[in-house]
This record gives sequence, structure tokens and C-alpha cells, in this order.
Amino acid sequence: MATTQRTKIAKLDMTEIFENHGRSRDNLIPLLQEIQEHLDYLPPEAISRVADHLGLSENDVYGVATFYAQFRFHPPGRHRIKVCQGTACHVRGGGMVLDAISRKIGIVPGETSPDGNFSLERVACFGSCALPPVVVVDDTVYGRMTARKTEKLIEGLE
Amino acid sequence: MSFAEIQQKAGRSWDRFQSGETPRVLVGAATCGRAAGAMEVMQAFQQGCATDTTLTPVEIHEVGCLGMCYAEPLIEIRGPAGDRVLYESVTPAMVPDMIRNHLGQGRPVAEYALCRMLPQEYGHTGEHIPVFTDLPMIRHQLRIVVRNCGFIDPTDIDHYIARGGYSGILRAMDLGPEATTEEVKLSGLRGRGGAGFPTGLKWSFARKASGSPKYVICNADEGDPGAFMDRSVLEGDPHAVLEGLLIAGYAIGANHGYVYCRAEYPLALERLRTGIAQMRANGLLGEDILGSGFRFDVTIKMGAGAFVCGEETSLMQSIEGRRGMPRPRPPFPAHAGLFGNPTNINNVETLAAVSAILEKGGPWYAGIGTEKSKGTKTFSLAGKITRTGLIEVPMGISLRTIIEDIGGGVLDGKGFKAVQTGGPSGGCVPAKHYDLPVDYEHLAQVGSIMGSGGMIVIDEESCMVDVAKYFLGFTENESCGKCVPCRMGTQHLLRLLTAIADGQAEENDLETIRRIGDTMKKASLCGLGQTAPNPALTTLDAFMDEYLAHIRDHRCPAGVCKALISFAIDPKACTGCMACAKVCPVEAITGSKKQPHAVDQQTCIRCGACRQACKFGAVRVE
Ligand SMILES: Cc1cc2nc3c(=O)[nH]c(=O)nc-3n(C[C@H](O)[C@H](O)[C@H](O)COP(=O)(O)O)c2cc1C
Ligand code: FES
Repeated sequence: MATTQRTKIAKLDMTEIFENHGRSRDNLIPLLQEIQEHLDYLPPEAISRVADHLGLSENDVYGVATFYAQFRFHPPGRHRIKVCQGTACHVRGGGMVLDAISRKIGIVPGETSPDGNFSLERVACFGSCALPPVVVVDDTVYGRMTARKTEKLIEGLE
Repeated sequence: MSFAEIQQKAGRSWDRFQSGETPRVLVGAATCGRAAGAMEVMQAFQQGCATDTTLTPVEIHEVGCLGMCYAEPLIEIRGPAGDRVLYESVTPAMVPDMIRNHLGQGRPVAEYALCRMLPQEYGHTGEHIPVFTDLPMIRHQLRIVVRNCGFIDPTDIDHYIARGGYSGILRAMDLGPEATTEEVKLSGLRGRGGAGFPTGLKWSFARKASGSPKYVICNADEGDPGAFMDRSVLEGDPHAVLEGLLIAGYAIGANHGYVYCRAEYPLALERLRTGIAQMRANGLLGEDILGSGFRFDVTIKMGAGAFVCGEETSLMQSIEGRRGMPRPRPPFPAHAGLFGNPTNINNVETLAAVSAILEKGGPWYAGIGTEKSKGTKTFSLAGKITRTGLIEVPMGISLRTIIEDIGGGVLDGKGFKAVQTGGPSGGCVPAKHYDLPVDYEHLAQVGSIMGSGGMIVIDEESCMVDVAKYFLGFTENESCGKCVPCRMGTQHLLRLLTAIADGQAEENDLETIRRIGDTMKKASLCGLGQTAPNPALTTLDAFMDEYLAHIRDHRCPAGVCKALISFAIDPKACTGCMACAKVCPVEAITGSKKQPHAVDQQTCIRCGACRQACKFGAVRVE
């Protein structure tokens, strides 16, 4: 995992991303978002390059980045499992689904499994509240989940 | 091309879409449709239609959400005889049948059908298929904001234009900025983002404010967890919102607009990007729009996962590239907003109503609704309700009509306990107010708020302490920490509510909750902290008995709070089918086949999986 990430960073020509963004501060969040889109997380190198580009201190950039739940500072798992904990999903058993997945992969939300296969996140609502509980794996939204269905889904990914 | 020519071209393309000449399949492919498997169904149609050589070539379209999310995936087939039938809960396995009979032979498959989209009877099915507008879920609705959702291809600007789109901006430009603002005032429209501030009045502040450049912002952050009105509109009819933003920009004299949309809505973001490119291609963005000399452009900003960024001053901080923390108002954004300049910010739904208002006139809109709450409101129905989905109703309609008639009542015939409105800022309206007219004033009277339109139905199997604890958990996590009342208050409240749910609280803790809540309301910096105690305070008022049961009797009447419940198997109802034992993650269930099972209380982690798995209702909560 770690090596693929490193090659990814090496391969990615961040110059292009930087060329598409000016040097004013309002470019900060879009820059971080675009870099994370490519690298899956924000490594320290990326933070320092963003700071350089915008003429900000690294502290300042970290200060903003850590405020927002979207940004990650460690590589996520190969499959990202996001479980909705919004209100509609909560009252229809979203917590049960999250607990079941947590037990199944043996990690708690916010962690990545030691083999690098899965990371687990809790998200407050994907806007598919009419089909609760909702689980999103990578970019696919699954509605009307149960603990059992989610376990099967994960087995299919392994 | 002049706009008149664009309209003509759009009209022709819409007529083609509507005429029966080409058979069509419309796939409800908004996020909820996709979550229910719409894309697999679409693939099945693509493959099936491609391989059937006897068919007239069929066109397949993705459309937005009709709001009947409970029945997703929804597929409309426009058959060779001009008939239009909507099918519900479609799976790929049903597709060959639908292709052969409906697309091939013009015979709708009544068994799978939900309704006919047109009143005429077609085909020789012999079975009655109800008409769309007669459906109980649709009959009571008045669709203005979602006027096009599910009917048009949201990626085709022609469809929007042909149905009256962009004639609102044309009319605004005839009227001039001042009269446009007056028109919105006349409509009585109030902001749909939560606070309900009169939109026309807000525009006039920003219009009159000195300073330039001015900005307009569309707030598409939709943070209420459990609400999806804005998502549906953006996915199903992005131009309705973009036109509203353009009109707002014109009225206040802003040449730049932003749409701040949450990152959790990738499809809405994609629809916005497509929409903006189409506007530009049709001369609706850029220099000299429609020959008026007015210049306007739009930038999309993607949120980064912070609820507080829905609050207007935080949102602007976020666009500027800072931590999204609110600042005290005044000065209001109309005077000192984005980059310190005059800024007008409106919610998605507000702007989608604006484009309709300019098209049809302020007085028309003001003729709908109640005295102080004009027009319509969208609501997302979720929670323990039969027909979950997105609806739009005239203001003043009763809660009972919404839940019973439109929503089909509480799920599985259970008893209605309350409805939560307004999300983390709102409150719970208990069953005794079932006949309450739904508008800003009446919801406020019973201690809740309209909010952005999320409605979560709560039944007898939901615990009100758990609901309050849930919301405080949310706000505690999302509090930005800038002001003490909110930062500390949410933590305290959460701790107290958790203690109650665990059966570890005392009665005077309830008084403490009230006191802290009161302080937070008065002293917090922004709406997040000012309203965060509401879910606790309103449930405390209406459901005191449930709180007391937790505190005095260490009992959770609804059987939800884990620390206070245990699961047991009723030996009389148990058939010994082993289903529960198979799903138990900790092997706490013993008993052999065909013999009643039992739960080992020591091992049980109270996950509830057995209860969900049992088909005979034998697993009881105690
Ligand atoms: C904590 C908090 C969250 C908010 N979230 C949203 C939101 O997600 N969407 C929205 O339109 N307004 C939200 N608002 C309200 C906005 O601050 C603002 O009032 C609104 O965008 C104004 O638009 P309107 O006049 O069209 O309603 C929120 C307010 C607070 C205090
Ligand atoms: S509450 Fe789960 S998708 Fe909205």
C-alpha cells in the first residue's frame, strides 16, 4: 500500500494542478480537494507545496485542512466504506449496520484495516434518506441495507 | 442565435421528446434511484433493446426524481402507441417482459405498473392502471419548485427552456432590477434555507448597499442529516436554480455568483457543471446576456464536510479559503459579505421558486399558501413512514394530510408518535398536533421550526431520548468551537442525555438540561448553537414520561437504549428455524433445529440482528 501511494505521488505531476489555480487564498480548499482527489489523501509534501504556492505557512494550511472532515492525512484503504449516520438512517437501523461492519473488518470508524484493504467512515447523510440505511462503498451508493447484506457486500470485495 | 430562436429550437426538441414517434425509456436516475439499482435496470434496457431486432429503435434517457423514492427504481416507458406508463420497483429481471410486451407490442405490463402518466387509457391490458395525478402521494401536491423534476432530461437545457425556462430572466430584464426585486417582494417568498427571511427584502438590502463588486451565492450545502430537497432539485432540474441565481444577480447588481454545494452530492455537482456550460453556450452567462448589457458568471465551490458551513457567514469564510467559522452579525452579508463586499445568499429552493415567480408573476405565487407563509414548500419524508420521498405542498396543509394521505401513514401500521422537523435545529411535533397546519407560524407555535424541510417520522418503536441524544451527538461533533456556549453546551447536553439513555441520570439533570439549553439559546454566536438544544428541549416538553421512565425505572419504553434493554426469545412463537442463531455475530443464541432458541444475556451485545432476522416476531425486547 505505502509503496503504491508513493509511486502515485511521484507519478502525479502536481504542477498541472497548481497551474490551474491562482495564488490567492480562495484557491486553498479547491487545491487541497484536487490533490486529495488524485492521491486519496494529503501527504506532508502536498501541504508544503500548497503553502508555497499560496504564500501561506504550513500551519495555516493545516489549520484549514484539519477543520474540514473531508481531508485525510493518511492513505485510506483500497475500498472506502462509508456508512450513513444521518437521522433517517439512524432511526431505521444505520447504527446496527455500522456496528456490524465494524465487527466484520475489525476496525472502528476513522481507521484503516492493517492489510490496507478497507477504511471505514461514518458520514452524516448522503441525501438518499428515502432508502435507509445507506452505505457507500467507493463511489457506489447502496440503499435499504441490513447488517447481513452489508457483510455479504464486503465479502464480495475481499 | 437570438433567444427567440433558441426557444423555438428548444420547443422542437421538446415536442420530439413528448411525441410518441420514438419509443422511449425514462430511467429515474437521481441518487436515490441509483441507490435502489436504477443503473443496473438501465443497463438491462440498453442490452435488451439492442439485441431485440424486431423493435423500433428505442431511446433511453436518465431523468431526475419524481419524489416517489419508496418505489425506486422508477421507469417510465413511452410505448409505440403514445402511451406512457410508470413502473415501480423495477429489477433487471422484469425488463425483458417490459421490452417484449410494452415496447414491442404496445401492451403495458399492468402487474408492474404504478400509474399512467397521461389520463387516456391505452393498450388492452384489461387491468386498471391509475393515473399519476390521482395517486394519493401526488394528488395533494402542488409542484412549483420541482415542476420539472422527473419530467425532463436534466442534462438537456432545451427541455428546461421549452417548459418556460429562462423566460423569467427575460421578464426580469424587461422589468429592470428594481421592479424585479419588487416582484419578488410581492410574491411573499420567504427564504427556504431555514430562517424564513423575506427574500425580496433581503435583495433590496444588497441592492442598495454601496460597494463593489457585489456577489450572489446559492447555498447548496444542505447540511440537515435526513433531508434531501435541495439535492433532488439540483439533480432533477439544475437550471431552475441557476436561472434563479442569475435573476438574483441581475436584481442586486452582482456580476459574479457562487454555488456552494456539499461534496457528498457528486451527481448534483455534475449536473451543475453541465448546466453552467450549457448556459454559457446559449449566451445565458458571460458578457451582454440576452442583449441586456448585463454580465454574469458562476463558480462552483465544493463544500468540504462541515455542517456549520451551511451558516451564511461560515460559508463565506470557507469560500475565502479559511476555517468555516461564523462571525457575529451585524454587519449582515448584504453590507459586508464575501471578501467584505455586499453579498446576497439564498438557498437552492428559494432560487428555484424565484425563477418560477419571475416567469409567472409575484401575485400568482402570493395566491398560494397562507397569510404569512406564501407559496409551496418541499419536504423530504423519511424515517418510519410508508412512502418515503420528496413532496411539494402548499403552505398551510395539515401534518395529517402530509403523513397519512401523501406519505401513506406510519410504516408497518405502527402508531404515530411524533415528527421531527427542522433537523438538528428543530424539534419534535408530537401526535397531539397532528392537525396542525404546516407553515412557519404554526410550527413555531408548537416549539419546532420549518427549517429546510426535513421531516422524519417517529413511531412508537423510536425512543425520544435516543432521538435527542442523536441530534446532540451530531451538533457536538459539528460545533466549530469558536464560542463557549455552543462548544461546552453541546458537550454537557450530550453527556447528560447519554447518562439518561444509560439509566445513570437523576431527575434534577432534566433541570440542568433546561438551564444549559436556555443559556445556549441566548448566548451562542450562530444559529448552530442557538438552536442545538431544541431537539432536547422539545422532547423534554412533550415526552417527559419517557425521560422519567429512563431515570426512575431504568427502562426504555421503546426498547432502543442498549444499556436498558435485553433481547429474549418467546418459546411459543419460536419455530426453531435457526435464522437468528445464524446472524448472531457473537454466537449468543443457542438451541437446536426445530427447538425454541434462547439468548445468553452474558454474551449478547444487543445489536438487534436476531430481531431483524426473525420472521415470526419471536424475538422480544424487554
Ligand atoms: C448551522 C446552520 C446551518 C445552516 N445550513 C444551511 C444549509 O445547509 N442550507 C441553507 O440553504 N441554509 C442553511 N442555513 C441558513 C443560512 O445561514 C442562510 O440563512 C440561508 O442560506 C439564507 O437563504 P434563504 O434566505 O434563501 O433561506 C444554516 C444556518 C445555520 C445556523
Ligand atoms: S440520513 Fe442517511 S442518507 Fe440521509
